[in-house]
Amino acid sequence: MVRVLINLPKQIHADVPFEVKLLISHPMESGYRRDAMGQRIPRDIIQRLVCAIDGETVLDAALFPAIAANPFFAFTAVAAKSGTLTLTLTGDNGLNQTETAAITVT
Amino acid sequence: MIRRRALLFVPAAACLAARAEATPADVADAIGAVVGDAPLKDGLIHIDMPVMVENGNAVSITLTVQDPPVPVAEIHVFAEGNPLPRVAVFRFGPRAAAPRVATRMRLATSQTVVAIAKLRDGTCWRDRIDLLVTLAACVE
Repeated sequence: MVRVLINLPKQIHADVPFEVKLLISHPMESGYRRDAMGQRIPRDIIQRLVCAIDGETVLDAALFPAIAANPFFAFTAVAAKSGTLTLTLTGDNGLNQTETAAITVT
Repeated sequence: MIRRRALLFVPAAACLAARAEATPADVADAIGAVVGDAPLKDGLIHIDMPVMVENGNAVSITLTVQDPPVPVAEIHVFAEGNPLPRVAVFRFGPRAAAPRVATRMRLATSQTVVAIAKLRDGTCWRDRIDLLVTLAACVE
């Protein structure tokens, strides 16, 4: 399980762009580091992040080990009516997680 | 005594081996795979990053495409001095309000970061930025 914070503005207006901020608690282990014994630490990263509102994509990101640990993303989205924002994370070690947040358009 | 001394150099050697870097040629190959035969021009896309980086473990990067003539399909980010040339690919869907995304990336050494914006009509735009890194990532 990965802890995900989805930050949305308090008030969202129809068809007005708003900012989506994501903070994901994940080590993003690059696979290039070595432990105290000189053994390579296996890679453990989020490979893909998909953010959608009611099934329509906002951002679809392919990530590589160069993304920093505890990844942060900020981007803009629009919504015409209230709905659900879903965030799907897939990656190493069988990571496949979906988080949701309600969007209330006023 | 001599053998014990020899062991001292083992971690140092392992550390050096771990610092394999992508070369500008690798990055050029990776960019070529994205751009293909499409025209590649400088401009339109802008990388916003601090030029002097104190800590390469988490460097904020903001990618913005200002007033694109056609919608932006994807933004690719490449780093010339990291072990892998690719950093991320961002594809924008119908619910994206603007072709802008911010994140935090690793920098293994002082290097050049390149961003390519690919528009829906296939044209590609490039921006690059030279960075100075004081404390590098991925080497401990």
